[in-house]
Amino acid sequence: MSDVKISSGHEGNVRDQVTAYFQRIKNGEMGALPAVGALVVVGALFSILSPFFLTKLNFANLFVQAAELTMLAVALVFVILLGEIDLSAGVTAGVAMAGFFLLLHGGTNWIVALVVAFVIGGAIGALIGFFVARIGVPSFVVTLGLFLGFQGLQLVMLGEGGIFRIDVPEIKSIMNDNLPTWGGWVFLALMLVLSAAVSFWDRARRARHDLSNRPIELLYAKLAVFAILGGTTVYLLNENRSQGFASISGVPIVIPIAVLILFIGTLVLDRTQFGRHLYAVGGNAEAARRAGIKVANIRITAFIICSMLAVVSGLFHVSRLGAVEATAGRQIVLNGVAAAVVGGVSLFGGRGRLVHAAIGAFVIVMIENGLGLLEFPAGVNLVVTGSVLILAATIDALSRKRGNGARS
Amino acid sequence: MDVPVIELSGVLKSFGPVDVLKGVDFKAYGGKVTALVGDNGAGKSTLIKGLSGVQPYDAGVVKFDGEVVHIHSPRQAGHLGIEVVYQDLALCENLDIVQNMFLGREEITELTLDEASMELQATKALQSLSVRTVKSVRQKVSSLSGGQRQTVAIARSVLRKAKLVILDEPTAALGVAQTEQVLNLVRRLADSGVAVVIISHNLGDVFKVCDYISVLYLGKMVASVKTSETTQADVVGYITGTKSMDGASA
Ligand SMILES: Nc1ncnc2c1ncn2[C@@H]1O[C@H](COP(=O)(O)OP(=O)(O)OP(=O)(O)O)[C@@H](O)[C@H]1O
Ligand SMILES: [Mg+2]
Repeated sequence: MSDVKISSGHEGNVRDQVTAYFQRIKNGEMGALPAVGALVVVGALFSILSPFFLTKLNFANLFVQAAELTMLAVALVFVILLGEIDLSAGVTAGVAMAGFFLLLHGGTNWIVALVVAFVIGGAIGALIGFFVARIGVPSFVVTLGLFLGFQGLQLVMLGEGGIFRIDVPEIKSIMNDNLPTWGGWVFLALMLVLSAAVSFWDRARRARHDLSNRPIELLYAKLAVFAILGGTTVYLLNENRSQGFASISGVPIVIPIAVLILFIGTLVLDRTQFGRHLYAVGGNAEAARRAGIKVANIRITAFIICSMLAVVSGLFHVSRLGAVEATAGRQIVLNGVAAAVVGGVSLFGGRGRLVHAAIGAFVIVMIENGLGLLEFPAGVNLVVTGSVLILAATIDALSRKRGNGARS
Repeated sequence: MDVPVIELSGVLKSFGPVDVLKGVDFKAYGGKVTALVGDNGAGKSTLIKGLSGVQPYDAGVVKFDGEVVHIHSPRQAGHLGIEVVYQDLALCENLDIVQNMFLGREEITELTLDEASMELQATKALQSLSVRTVKSVRQKVSSLSGGQRQTVAIARSVLRKAKLVILDEPTAALGVAQTEQVLNLVRRLADSGVAVVIISHNLGDVFKVCDYISVLYLGKMVASVKTSETTQADVVGYITGTKSMDGASA
């Protein structure tokens, strides 16, 4: 009976794998492909149109500008995967950072204050999750309410129109300082070794069960692409990008922080039971419930993670400004949702990865940055970003249709 | 005849003033396919919900492998080895076949999901049912046909080493070829020793694959017969209430 062959998609040579890959794309499983395409097109376009776009200084700026949005978009993925939304993620971070400032102001040690800020974030996430998962209020409504309420809370905490300096060098250096030249290379090497280790570990497990593995050349190719892209990035960031006398070089400190969070978050989603259940609930909550998954707990946990990662984004914001504002977090949240969707995370739930959100964030930041360099008015930026968002959502809806069309 | 895997006697269930099950007796044997037929509203789903623990009976004796049991929750039913494949299947379209088959019972080693081990077991379960229609166990369920989805749902019960598998209208939404495949699958499942119960409105299917037929009529089991010893016309008679077990036409 066991002569029946059922494949796992790992069989065959490089060519079979490539054919299978194109087949998946044809079936509508495009993943990050449209977003990567957009990234390349937008990048190429601005490089041609503006002499300032492809400079070392602007290259570094792009990363720093994208950090806040990337973090927020990554945070939102955890709830968007459930088919939920958190419109209050930005102002939640604002409230947590306001709390951070008040504690600092009252003389609390900055590390303690920061921990409290994250606890505030987590508590807000738990509150949202409670309303959504236990009481059954739609997340759109709960978080819209908090979006309004927390704008007020920020004003109450900090006073009208307040901007307050934060004089903690460690905090400011996240967005404003760089790793030493060797630090960037060490970090790149570390990430390459980590991702190779994970892949080889998987292959070893499969081999132990006598399961076929994809051709090793594909893994080498993937690592080579990472090494080349990463190496180019580190090399360029290590060049002097200053336009003045003092030299500025090195990988901005925020990059390793963001990359590590992305890496760990991806491991959680792909390789833990929690991650699997998160996708399951997003795909079919009733099926998840019948399979014995505690759906409410998954939802609440996702909102907690979202809020806490949003606080990271808020921290980046505070670091860049060197100050806490009473109006922080209002604008960015819609861009965060847009970034996730542009990157290919489905608002219907169940489909998408953290790296998609990061790519989407880069597309949006690039558009903003490039149009700014071309001295277009801010209005044009909003129109273009909005159009890209609608385009991305259309691709999502169409590919969803195509995926379902495969049923007969 | 050996001990039935499941044996119900005198099962009662009412919703307020409405008596839905009025003293039902029912048996299903290991290695056999038993059809549960009856008109709309006869009480088939209610009977099944009692076995799956979703909606316990009000009274009556339930014996599993000859032992009296009380099933009060789906978890308990699962522990006994009772699996129900609902009509809507309850699969996650965004997950692949392996992930669906292990949903809620993922295997963990070294703190992470043991994908390799789960993939191997899922493949073996499908092979044990001689499933030929599924190309890859890593296909997303969204890309599967209705029959393939039914196959995955049934294979999931194999994986869980179920002793009793109950299928609620497994072929209702399927075309001719896929119905054939699923019926073959049901046969092989029974041949592996599992007691299979099928709810169906399609007597053609029932006569093709079932060893026994039990007919519910207005909350009473009006007939329990061997398929080989009855005819479609008789069964239609039982279902519509124009005929009863002693053979007298009403
Ligand atoms: N929760 C409930 N409350 C009240 N009445 C119910 C409930 N569940 C079922 N019933 C009634 O019990 C009777 C039997 O229903 P059941 O769903 O078991 O029928 P069935 O044989 O599965 O029918 P079908 O072939 O249409 O699926 C029906 O008259 C139905 O209205
Ligand atoms: Mg029914």
